[in-house]
Amino acid sequence: MNLASLSAGYLRARPLQTALSLLLLSLGVATIILLLLVVNQLEERMTRDAQGIDLVVGAKGSPMQIILSGIYQLDVPTGNIPLAAVRALQKNSLVKKVMPLGMGDSWRGYRIVGAGHEYPAHYGATLAAGRLWQAPMEAVLGADVARRTGYGVGGRFVGVHGVGGEGEEHTEFPYTVVGVLARTGTVLDRLVLTPMESVWRVHEHEREEEAEEAKAAGRTQERKSPEPEVTVLLVQYASPLAAATLPREINSQTALQAASPAYETARLFRIAGVGVEALRAFAVVLIAAAALSVFIALYTALEERRYDLAIIRTLGGSPGQLFGMLLGEAAILAAASAAIGLVLGHAFAWALGLWLHAQQQYPVTGAVFLGEEVLVLVAAVGIALLAALPPAWSAYRTDVSQILATG
Amino acid sequence: MVLVENLEQRYGNDVALRVPRWQVEAAEQWLVTGPSGCGKSTLLHVLAGLLRPSAGRIVAFGQDLTALEPAQADRWRGATVGIVLQTLHLVAHLTVRANLRLAQYLARMPQDDAAIDEALSTLGVADKAARRARELSQGERQRVAIARAVVNGPRLLLADEPTAALDDAAAERSIDLLAGEAARRGATLLVATHDARVKSRFEHRLDLSR
Repeated sequence: MNLASLSAGYLRARPLQTALSLLLLSLGVATIILLLLVVNQLEERMTRDAQGIDLVVGAKGSPMQIILSGIYQLDVPTGNIPLAAVRALQKNSLVKKVMPLGMGDSWRGYRIVGAGHEYPAHYGATLAAGRLWQAPMEAVLGADVARRTGYGVGGRFVGVHGVGGEGEEHTEFPYTVVGVLARTGTVLDRLVLTPMESVWRVHEHEREEEAEEAKAAGRTQERKSPEPEVTVLLVQYASPLAAATLPREINSQTALQAASPAYETARLFRIAGVGVEALRAFAVVLIAAAALSVFIALYTALEERRYDLAIIRTLGGSPGQLFGMLLGEAAILAAASAAIGLVLGHAFAWALGLWLHAQQQYPVTGAVFLGEEVLVLVAAVGIALLAALPPAWSAYRTDVSQILATG
Repeated sequence: MVLVENLEQRYGNDVALRVPRWQVEAAEQWLVTGPSGCGKSTLLHVLAGLLRPSAGRIVAFGQDLTALEPAQADRWRGATVGIVLQTLHLVAHLTVRANLRLAQYLARMPQDDAAIDEALSTLGVADKAARRARELSQGERQRVAIARAVVNGPRLLLADEPTAALDDAAAERSIDLLAGEAARRGATLLVATHDARVKSRFEHRLDLSR
C-alpha cells in the first residue's frame, strides 16, 4: 500500500469515469501526434523533392498543377510543350540546368517518366541493381515500384495510356527493366524511368493510329507537328538574377507557363494549413474536454470520498498525502493516456501510410519519432495535473474534524 | 497517561468545549458522556491531534499536543492513536487486508501481514481478509474497523459513538470488543457516547453536560 496504489485503486473503483478521461486524453494526444508526424514528413518529403529546382516550365495552365505534376508527380500535367523550348532555355545564360520530363503513361498506377540520366543524378540516386537505360523501351524502376510490383532486372511490362492507370494498354511497345534504383526517399522511388525516346515512340504510334482512323472515317486530319514534345522542364538557375526575369520572359510566350516551386509549395501549405489547423483545434478541444473530465471526476470524488479523506487523516495521513493522492490519480491517468496516445498516433500514421501507399501517394510512416512528440506528452500530463490542482487543493484543506462531526 | 488542563474550544464566541482539568492514567477505560453538541467529539478530535484547541494544554504520553506542528501531529496520531467512529468509514473498494495495510502505511509502520492477521483473528474476522469492505455485514464492518484502529498497537484508543447505530446485543458486543482489545494491548480507552446502555460498563466517567 502506498499513495500510488491508493490512487490507482480509486481510479479502478470508478471504471467508466476513468475510461472516459482516458479516451478523451489519449485521442487528443494521438491526433496531435498524427498531425505532427504527417505534416513533418510531408514537408520534409516535399522539400527534398523540390531541392535544387528553381522553376518548372509546362504548358499554359495552373502553376500549382504544373508544380504538383512536374515535381511531385501527383497531379495530371497541364499538357505538352515543344522540344524547341528546351533548346531555347538551354541556351539561356541564366539557366544552369534544364531537365525535360515526358509523361503520359503509367504502369500499375506508377508513372512512366521519360527523362535523361541527369534526372536521377539530380536526386543523388544510385542503382540497387542493373544499369541505367541506354536505349528506347528500357526502363529503370524506383525502389517502391520494384518492391510493390516484385519486378526486377529483365522484367517486361507494358504501359497503359494515362497517368491514372485505367487507360488503354500499349501492348505493341513492351518495356524491359534494365535497372532498379536504390531508395532515395524522393519522388523517384515511385517512378518508372525511361528515355524520352520511349515516350515519343509510344505516342507517335498512337497519333498515326488516330490519323488512320480519321482518314478511314473520311475526315481530313490536320497534320500534327512532327516535332516531338515534352511535358515539363525542371530548371535550375545559374544565378539568382534569373528569378527576376526568367519567369516573366517564359510566361510572355503564349504556349508556356513558368511556376516557382518555392512559391507554389508555400501556397499549398497555406491552403492545406487550414485543414491542419482545424484538426489541431479539434485535438485541443479533445484535450480540454479530457482536462475537464479529470477535473469533474476528481471534484465529484471529493464529495463522494470526504469520509475516506477524513479517515486517511485520522489514520495519520497528512493533508499533503491527500493532495498527492488526488494529483496522483490525475498523473496516472495522464501518463497512461500519453502512452496510449503515443502508440495510437503512430498506429494512425502507420495506417495512413499503408492507405497512401496503396494509392501510390506520398509515403507516410509511423516509425519515426520527433522531438516535438515529447513536448506533446509533457503538455498533456501537465494539463491533466493542472486540472487536478483545484480538487487536490480542496482535499488538502479538508477540515477533518468538521466532516467527522457531520457523519 | 493523558492530562488535560484548562482546555477550551471556541467557534467565534461560542464555547464548544470546556474541560478545566482531567487526568487519565495509562490503560484506564473512560466514558465521556453528555448530550449531543456538548463537545464529546470535539474533545476526541483534540486528543487525536486533529483539532488544535483554542486554549489550554494537553499532554498525552509525555507529548504536549498543543506544541506540535500539524505535520508532527499527523505523525504522532498515526503512531499513538487508534480511532473508531460511529459510521465506520472503511475504504469501500479496498479489501479488508488493504484497509488495514492502509492504516499501517499512513502511520508509517512497516506493512506487516502478521500484525494484520493477528488483529483480524482476535476480532473474529480473519476469514474476511480478502473480502472488499463494501461486501461485509454491519457487524463484520464493526469488527474490521476496530481491528484497523488497533493494528498499529496504539496507546490511546478513541471511540466516537461506537454503539449509536447498533441494537442492544450489537452495542454490547461492540463495547466488549473495544474494552477487550484495549485491555489486551494495554491501551487507554476513551469512549464518547450519549448511549445510556453502555454507561454501566465503565468505572471512570467524564460528564461534559453543562
